Parts: sequence; structure tokens; C-alpha cells
Amino acid sequence: MKPERHLSPSDAVELAPSFHFRWEEPQKAHVLLYPEGIVKLSETAAAILETCTGNPSIAQGTCELQDRYGRSDLGASVLEFLELAHAKGWIRVKS
Amino acid sequence: MPKDGSGLSLDGLGMPLWLVVELTYKCPLQCPWCSNPVDFNKYRNELSTEQWKSVLAEGRRLGSLQLGFTGGEPMLRKDLEELVAYADKIGYYTNLITSGVGLTPERLKALKKAGLKQVQLSIQACDSELNEKLVGLDVFDHKIAIARAIKAEGLPMVLNVPVSRYNIDHTAELIDLAADLKVEYVEFANLQYYNWALLNRSELIPTREQLVRSEAAVKAAREKLGNKLTIYFVVPDYFDTRPKACMNGWGSIHLTIAPDGTALPCQEARLIKGIEFPNVKEHSLEWIWKNSPGFNKFRGDGWMKEPCRSCDEREKDFGGCRCQAFLLTGDAANTDPVCSKSPHRHLIDEIVQRASAEDRSCGKPLTMRHHRTAHEPAGE
Ligand SMILES: C[S@@+](CC[C@H](N)C(=O)[O-])C[C@H]1O[C@@H](n2cnc3c(N)ncnc32)[C@H](O)[C@@H]1O
Ligand code: SF4
Ligand code: SF4
Repeated sequence: MKPERHLSPSDAVELAPSFHFRWEEPQKAHVLLYPEGIVKLSETAAAILETCTGNPSIAQGTCELQDRYGRSDLGASVLEFLELAHAKGWIRVKS
Repeated sequence: MPKDGSGLSLDGLGMPLWLVVELTYKCPLQCPWCSNPVDFNKYRNELSTEQWKSVLAEGRRLGSLQLGFTGGEPMLRKDLEELVAYADKIGYYTNLITSGVGLTPERLKALKKAGLKQVQLSIQACDSELNEKLVGLDVFDHKIAIARAIKAEGLPMVLNVPVSRYNIDHTAELIDLAADLKVEYVEFANLQYYNWALLNRSELIPTREQLVRSEAAVKAAREKLGNKLTIYFVVPDYFDTRPKACMNGWGSIHLTIAPDGTALPCQEARLIKGIEFPNVKEHSLEWIWKNSPGFNKFRGDGWMKEPCRSCDEREKDFGGCRCQAFLLTGDAANTDPVCSKSPHRHLIDEIVQRASAEDRSCGKPLTMRHHRTAHEPAGE
């Protein structure tokens, strides 16, 4: 699936409808559940998804992550991961 | 069923991530390729509502996440809504796999309210005449109406097309139908030849030319429709040179419970003779999954024979399908005969050649799935 356009830091993103994101105790990981699919997320992937879908913009989500990990250089890798998630149809741009 | 590219090449950490419950083998339709056992009549004592609930609860404790309600026709169970509600409450992502017969707008609303997440609806043709010929009943208009009702409820939906020589030439029209119904996914499930489909194989198998045309139609539609519709195309393995990575490996992430409570590593596994599969009425699901001989029989690669044993592709396809190996070579531990390295590959080539050579007009009639045509319960 090809997304219509690239994401920008000012975009607000949300989980695509029918996707569920949650912590699973048996797997000790965050998982993404959707029609016919399961993805087990790495800690970083889960943190990016959680903060960026939970903030008014990708940029604000990135700030929260940088505060959490005491870093100041996460912008590019956050955007890179979100592009991937967008291409896979996990997230969409809020209109 | 899990689709290609659905993130399934995933390590289940030894957990049965996918739980499939076949609530009943009963079905009003008579598809001559039905994957249910040819002696389905033998298994009449279905689990009760309470027994299903305890299976679901145990499954969650073992780490199951995706749950498929199937059959037979799961809509025949009056307690479906109750089971969906329970499954949703304990954290499953619930999928309903149905022919649509028995599904009404009222039940659909109740299922949605119970927490149902997704519906897979099977459709066999794009006109009512052919559809009736293939399933034995005139249900096409109902299927279309219920497909629209599912979308009106806002549920994501897969349209499943079981593909045979009868409908493969309508690939483009079926895609148009899916697009018109605004479903998210359409799946062309080229038939797998077990049980009823094996019985009718010579009449159902398409020719290579048909397959090539169908794949081209899919490719053209993907280019035209882009993001709007995801088209899964399950290549018929007889026409391939490598087997499918069946079930992601035996006892790896899939657990099926048959109507009578028999636990199986895949829906077809009970056709393999000589393996005793455990029943949830007698054992805990944990013992079944972790310790039962049936589930351990083909786990890992210790059981493999040559050529698989020393093949560097064995982690990719796990030697293929055990059921197919059993049905076509008589030994479930053999390499899946679809593999070009298998000493039995000529069996597959002969079947494919015969499919192309046969005169289509004088074939034998299809044996419809029906209790009258069902095999007698053996030894009971
Ligand atoms: C056995 S049916 C049970 C649910 C329901 N009665 C139905 O047909 O949708 C489950 C799914 O398997 C598909 N199916 C049945 N026989 C098959 C076969 N031999 N090969 C591939 N898919 C098959 C059906 O189209 C359906 O999507
Ligand atoms: S495949 Fe056809 S006959 Fe078999 S259970 Fe489904 S609808 Fe019934
Ligand atoms: S020999 Fe066995 S492991 Fe190797 S490709 Fe064939 S089926 Fe797979």
C-alpha cells in the first residue's frame, strides 16, 4: 500500500480504524491487532506510536519522547518509523 | 485465515496466537470444495456454550490474541452473540468467518454490539445462477444484501472467494464487485485440495492458462485501484515449485478447536490417520498445546526426512503441509509433494497436466457437500 503523501512534523496522526494497540502480558510487549493480523512491537516502536498518536502533532509527540529518553535528536528516526507505519496502513493523518 | 503479508512471519514465542473455533460442522450450503471432513456427520456432539467459554479463557491465558469463529456455518449457533461478547470482554480480536446464511441485519447489530471486530464473508460468483450452482442454494442476493449491511455497520470486511475453474475467469468482475461493495479486502483463495475439494479435484482445478489470466487481472486491478482495495491472491500450490509455509509450522502459532472439542494444529489435520488428537473435554488446553503428542509430532525440524532434513529452505516453509504429504504420499512426514525437490513431485505434475488436457465438457458431476453424500462414520 502506498500512502498518498509524505508525513510532516506538523501532521496529527491517529491509529487507523479497526486497529487496536495494547500491552499484552503473556508476550510482555505492546501488540497491534487488526483484521487478520498481529504485530508485536519493539519497545521503541510502541513508544513512538503511543506518543505520536496521543499528541496534537508528530512534533509534539517527538518532544515528549525526547524528554522521556533525554535526547534531542529523535526527529528524523521518529518520522522514518511513522512513514513505515503509514505505508503499512497502521496510522492515518487526522483530517 | 491469516493472509499473506499480514505480519504473520512472526515468532509466536511458542504461543497459540491464532485460535480458530469451529462452532459446528453443520451448514445449509453444499460447497463441493468444503474443507470440513467428508464424514462431518460423525461429529454431532458439539461443545456447549460453557465449554466454549472455558476454551476461550484458557486460550487467552496461553497468549492467544486473534480469534476466528468459523464452521460449518457459525451463524447456526444461537449462542454466537454470547460467545463473541465473552471473547471481546477477555481481550480477543474477534473475527467472524461466514457464508452469510443465517446472518440478518438484527444479528449483525447484536454482534457488533457484542464487540465483533471483523467479518469474512465468502462469495462464490458474481451472479446468482453460478453461485447457486456452486453452493446448492439460491443465496446470492442475500449475500450481497448482507455485505452491504456489514459495511453499513462500519465493520471491516474481507470478501473471500474460493477459486475453482468455475469462477476463476471472473476474477476482474469479482474485483469490481468487491470495489462496489466497498470492502477493505478481497481474498482469492485458490482451493486447497483436502476433504471435499479432493473428492472433486478433477472437476475443480483450473488450468495454468486460467491461472495466468487471473493473476494478470489481479495485477491490473491493483494498479487501477491502488489503496482503495487490498487484493490477496493465494497462489494454488500445485502450480508452484515450493510448498506453502503451512500454518507457519505445525504447533507454532495456530490452534483449532473442532466442533466436538478435538484440538488440532490446523483445520484439516484430523484427516491424517494414525495421530490421536487430544480433546478439550479430557485435557487442559495448556497440556494439549505444550505436551500432547499430537501437537509435538511435527514441531521443529527433528521429524523431517530427506530432502527437507538437509535443505537450507526448511526454516522458510517447514517442509510444507503435513496433510498434503499424507494425502498424496501416504506419509505425513514426507516432504510436501508440491516441492520440486520432492521425489513425489510427478504426482502433482500429472494432476496439473490432466487438468489442462481433459475435455471440460464431459467431466463428471460435482459431488455436493451433503449429509447424503457424506462418508459413513468409519468403525462406529
Ligand atoms: C469452511 S468455511 C466455514 C465458514 C463459512 N461456512 C464459509 O464458507 O464462509 C471457511 C472458509 O474456508 C473457505 N474454504 C472452504 N473450502 C476451502 C478449500 N477447499 N480451499 C480454500 N478455502 C476453502 C471458505 O470459502 C470460507 O471462507
Ligand atoms: S465452505 Fe460452503 S459448505 Fe463448507 S461450511 Fe462454508 S458455506 Fe458451508
Ligand atoms: S525440500 Fe523441504 S524444506 Fe526444502 S524447499 Fe522443499 S519442502 Fe521446503
